[in-house]
Amino acid sequence: MATPVLDKVEAEASASPYITVTFRIRRFNPEVSAEAVWEDFQLEIDPKERVLDGLHKIKWDLDGTLTFRRSCAHGICGSDAMRINGRNRLACKTLIKDLNPEKPITVEPIKGLTVLKDLVVDMEPFFQAYRDVMPFLITKETNEPTRERLQSAEDRARFDDTTKCILCAACTSSCPVFWNDGQYFGPAAIVNAHRFIFDSRDEAGEQRLEILNDRDGVWRCRTTFNCTDACPRGIEVTKAIAEVKKALITRRF
Amino acid sequence: MSTTETTASGIGPVEGAELYNVDHPAPLIEAPRRRTKKTPKSTRGNFELAAWLFMRLSGIVLVVLVIGHLIIQLVLDGGVSKVGFAFVAGRWANPYWQVWDLAMLWLAMLHGANGLRTVINDYAERPNSRLWLKGLLYTATVFTILLGTLVIFTFDPNIR
Repeated sequence: MATPVLDKVEAEASASPYITVTFRIRRFNPEVSAEAVWEDFQLEIDPKERVLDGLHKIKWDLDGTLTFRRSCAHGICGSDAMRINGRNRLACKTLIKDLNPEKPITVEPIKGLTVLKDLVVDMEPFFQAYRDVMPFLITKETNEPTRERLQSAEDRARFDDTTKCILCAACTSSCPVFWNDGQYFGPAAIVNAHRFIFDSRDEAGEQRLEILNDRDGVWRCRTTFNCTDACPRGIEVTKAIAEVKKALITRRF
Repeated sequence: MSTTETTASGIGPVEGAELYNVDHPAPLIEAPRRRTKKTPKSTRGNFELAAWLFMRLSGIVLVVLVIGHLIIQLVLDGGVSKVGFAFVAGRWANPYWQVWDLAMLWLAMLHGANGLRTVINDYAERPNSRLWLKGLLYTATVFTILLGTLVIFTFDPNIR
C-alpha cells in the first residue's frame, strides 16, 4: 500500500511552515568600500515570523558582519527602525507574511541620517533636535514638590497620543523636508514638544512654542503625512504638528 | 573648502570635523542648530509664522479674485473675443476694478513668490545656489509688482 505513505509525505511537506524568502539588504562598510551595495540572502523562514527574525538568521547563520540595531525586539525600544520595502517600519513589528514574500524584501537604513555601517545610522542630529525642545517637565515652582502633581483625566487625555513616541526616528527619517538638509526639527521632536506643551502640569509651553517658531521649526512642515504613515505607534504626527501651529497662531493673535 | 567654516544649512563643511574621514566615509550631517561662528543669533521671530498664515489667507482671497476675473474676462458678455484695448481701458476707468486688479497682482505675486521661496528652501542644497535662486526670485517679484502697480495707476486710455 504505497498510496497512504505518499499521502503522509505530501501532507508533511505541505504542513511545513517554512518558505524561501529573499532578503535584499543595502550593505555599507566604510572599511571596504565607499559605495553601498545591495546583497541578497536566501532564507528558510516561517512567514509568521518578523523581518527582525530574518535579520537574526542572517547575522547568526549566514553573515556575521551584518550590522543593525535592536534591543528589546518587541516594538518598544525603537532601535530597529529601517526602510523595509520602501517604507519606514520597525523590523520587530513587521511580519514576513504582510510583505509579499514572493518578491525580495528590501531592507535599507532610514534616510536623511548618515549611514555608519549597513543599517546603522548616526542618530545624533535626530537627538539634537529632540534635546532642543526641552523634553522634560518644567515648572515655575522650583522647590522640591511636597505632593504629587495631580491632573484630571481630561487634561491627561489632551496629550495622550504623543506620549506613545518611542523615538525610533521612523517619522523624522520619512520626512522629505528633513531629507534635504537635516536642519528641520523633524516630526519626532515636535511630537515630544507637543507632549509637554499640552500638559497642564508643565509651565514652559511658551518657551517650547518659541523654540518651534524657529525658521526650521513647525512652519517647514508641508503636511505630506509621511510621518503619520510611518509611525509604528500609530501616533497622528501631522495632527500634533498642526496643533502646535494652531497654538502658535492663537497665541499671537 | 576650509573645514572650520560652516553655514546655517547642514550641507557643507562641519565645524571641528572633516566632511569625510576614515570614521565617516559618508558626508557628516551637522547637528541641527549647532552653535557655530556663522550661526545667526536667533532665527526665531514671527516671519515664518506670518508667511505661513499669509499663504492660507491670500489663497482664500485669490480663489475669489482669480475665478471672478476669469469669469468676467472669458465667459460673460461674449467671452474672450470682447477683450481689447477699449475693454481694459473701460474697466480701469472704474476705481473698483483698479483695486480688484491691484489686489490680485499683489496677492498673486507675493503668494507665488513665497511658495517658490519655500520650494527653494526645500530643494536647493548648496547655500550658494539658495542665495542666487532667491536673489533672482526676489528681483523678478519686485520688478513685476512695481511695473504692474505703475501701469494700473498711470494707465492712460488716450495713449496712441
